[in-house]
Amino acid sequence: MMKRVLAWLDERTGLGRFAEACLFQNLPGGSRWRYVWGTLVVYVFLLQAITGFFLWTGYSPSTQTAWESIHHIQSEMAGGWMLRGLHHFGAQAFVVVLVLHLLQMVIYGIYRAPREVNFWIVMLLLPLSIAMSATGWLLPYDQHGYWASRVPIGIMGVTPVIGPMLQKFAMGGSTVGHHTLTHFLALHAGLLPLCIAGLLGFHYYLNRKHGLGDVSKDCACPDEKYFPAQFLKDAAACLAVFLVLLGFVLFPYWQNPTAVPGVHLGAPADPSEQYSAARPEWFMLFLFQFLKYFPGGTEVWGAIVIPGLVGAVVALMPFVAQWRHGHRFNVLFLGTLLAAAGILGRMAAVEDSKDETYLSAKEQSHRNAERMHQLVAERGIPPSGAAALLRDDAYTQGPKLFAKNCASCHRFDGHDGLGHKPLTTHTVRTNETWESIAEFRFMPVTALRELNPSFTGPLKPEDKIIAQVRPWGPDLKGFASREWLAGLFDPARVDGQHYFGGTKFKDGKMSKWVKKNATPEKADDIKKVVIALSAEARLKSQAVADKADAEIIKQGRALMVGDMACTDCHSFGKKDPDATGPELTGYGSRAWLIRFISNPAHADFYGKRNDRMPAFADKKILDAKQLGLLADWLRGDWYVPPKNGAK
Amino acid sequence: MQEKPPAPGTPATAPTERREFLKQGCAACLGLAAVGAPVAVGVRVLLDPLHRSGGSDAFVKVTTIDSLPEDGTPVQFPVLADKRDAWTKFTQVPVGAVFLQRQGARQPLALSVVCPHAGCFVDYLEDQESFLCPCHNSFFKKDGSLKDEQSPSPRRLDTLDVEVRNKTEVWVRFQDFQLGITEKIPIA
Repeated sequence: MMKRVLAWLDERTGLGRFAEACLFQNLPGGSRWRYVWGTLVVYVFLLQAITGFFLWTGYSPSTQTAWESIHHIQSEMAGGWMLRGLHHFGAQAFVVVLVLHLLQMVIYGIYRAPREVNFWIVMLLLPLSIAMSATGWLLPYDQHGYWASRVPIGIMGVTPVIGPMLQKFAMGGSTVGHHTLTHFLALHAGLLPLCIAGLLGFHYYLNRKHGLGDVSKDCACPDEKYFPAQFLKDAAACLAVFLVLLGFVLFPYWQNPTAVPGVHLGAPADPSEQYSAARPEWFMLFLFQFLKYFPGGTEVWGAIVIPGLVGAVVALMPFVAQWRHGHRFNVLFLGTLLAAAGILGRMAAVEDSKDETYLSAKEQSHRNAERMHQLVAERGIPPSGAAALLRDDAYTQGPKLFAKNCASCHRFDGHDGLGHKPLTTHTVRTNETWESIAEFRFMPVTALRELNPSFTGPLKPEDKIIAQVRPWGPDLKGFASREWLAGLFDPARVDGQHYFGGTKFKDGKMSKWVKKNATPEKADDIKKVVIALSAEARLKSQAVADKADAEIIKQGRALMVGDMACTDCHSFGKKDPDATGPELTGYGSRAWLIRFISNPAHADFYGKRNDRMPAFADKKILDAKQLGLLADWLRGDWYVPPKNGAK
Repeated sequence: MQEKPPAPGTPATAPTERREFLKQGCAACLGLAAVGAPVAVGVRVLLDPLHRSGGSDAFVKVTTIDSLPEDGTPVQFPVLADKRDAWTKFTQVPVGAVFLQRQGARQPLALSVVCPHAGCFVDYLEDQESFLCPCHNSFFKKDGSLKDEQSPSPRRLDTLDVEVRNKTEVWVRFQDFQLGITEKIPIA
């Protein structure tokens, strides 16, 4: 029955005969391993089409849903991370396999008549595959894709004459947005694969026309049929490629089984946050590096003219091969080209590995990506998109706000919030020495000397040396916590660099009080005051301890208004209009901190005695949301995922 | 890839035949594995929604009892609820509608607006005191039972669980039911 249906179908369509002819086509000279490259190109394309199609079923191209849908595929849908991983590495494999196929064609001289067109087809596939990769990078709409895509879009813009128009057309507007994503998806999943499939079909057609084998006539090897001899080799090679890709996907878990599964998905694209570690795919790094050598205004040479000329030389290879030594020239030329690309790419990688900006951007990107993962799990994605989660997250935004607004005077655990030690150029004045500068800037002399290895002898006036920015205000790590307050009540530390050392309160009343009263005999009482005052802040990290020490806190509060006489200068409990020091009611709490940063010169805080700190809200330097984020971050108040990873 | 059985007439035990057959089998299997593996991964992802349960069937507050006409006329109300659509978390968005009517002073009756035949929203015709489906003319009485036995709908309008909480609030367990069958089975 089945046979009769097939026979009927074959009679009407000829498909059966065609399939048979393809499968059992004669292979002059028998099967070869080096024939697998063509099949591999088709296979990897098929792999990309399959994985791409299934990714497409879950993808939503818009600036509020692209990242979100990919994140959903990758971390919510069963097997999604594997699918995206295969597609990610498959894209790279396609370029690799194409280059190797091209190389094989040149080395074995398979571009010679009558196969020139076949050679050009493989050549044409190369820019198409790069276009696939370039359009595909933007689609997840993470920081990496967003910033990396600006380069190909920019290159489009320097195309002579039509550049700006082409750029605007590709982006679907003047900026990257919804239409850039819909356009890129249409290219990536529609037009480009169609072109590639068409070329591959044409390639196969020509292959059949010119014969599958290309061994010379004098080879004594017997003919074989394509199936199973060559088919077996092809299938084994395809499976091997798949397994290698699978290995790449699984390798990170073999290294670290607790990692978030899936290839890296950065934080959602944010046009206001430059991602300085954006790079093209590794196989395009050579062009990235190459472009560094073209000064402003001449990019068109590096990006379009020179690659175009090189492409033309490669395209002419079938004709060059007709000359004496022409073939050797071709092999040498292509070899040199690949070597040069390899060296340029390697140079780019080495330069990056030494580039502080690149490395810290990369590290921050990984931190943000991980943080996004936690935030999405905790809060869910709002309809306005996931980027808002990160913008409203104290853990991510706090350090940036601190570095920008506070770190010119304050430190956070010795750094600027982001982990950098702020440095400045110090012009040496008369009578200044290594020692005096180091003392003024609260750093060891040895550290200062290490920063300036080129200055060996004593300093002369007008010398310009690098030094740490002097901390003018207290170090705010753990502000209002028991540890922090214990330091404030320590006679040895109160006028040191972490507290009032850089301020005009260095010899102020508080400093004097601590030195006079914080004696070993009163250590117990001081400790109670510290605990009571710290409880005012209601810090998340101390919630348990504060609850346990309720009795001590009660005693401490009594001491503050009693023996310790804090209320001589400060308001505590009830408002004292004559208070000269900052309000202690709710000291370090969220509301207190926001009010303090808003205006430290308010009568409740330092009043007229305020030492240089700006009124951040009253002067409109920070808005209410930023103040809240900064306060939350300083107080260590942000969402922390449960330790055991239970979701 | 279809395997070619050894040609009839030749002894199947001939070593070259056997080797050839093995080769063909191997080739077919490897080819199938190479293409099948990515398909399998993709299908796994595609089938993911099957493992997920639908929206919650918790009670949602729809309106207050006082907003229902005293004479028992059904009124259509939108149902707002928190909802998670794949990746997006929505708060208080429309998820559907419900017909509410009084059955006695404090006792509401909740009817699904969805015709159990093909899923169209039914209309209430005040002059006839009945529900009419605009798609295929299924006809229901005011209490949701079938009015016309010739109606295409296989069952009456679906009732929804309804509660009055805090004296005046009307809470409905908003659910969808499978269409086109005589039993009322909620869609999970």
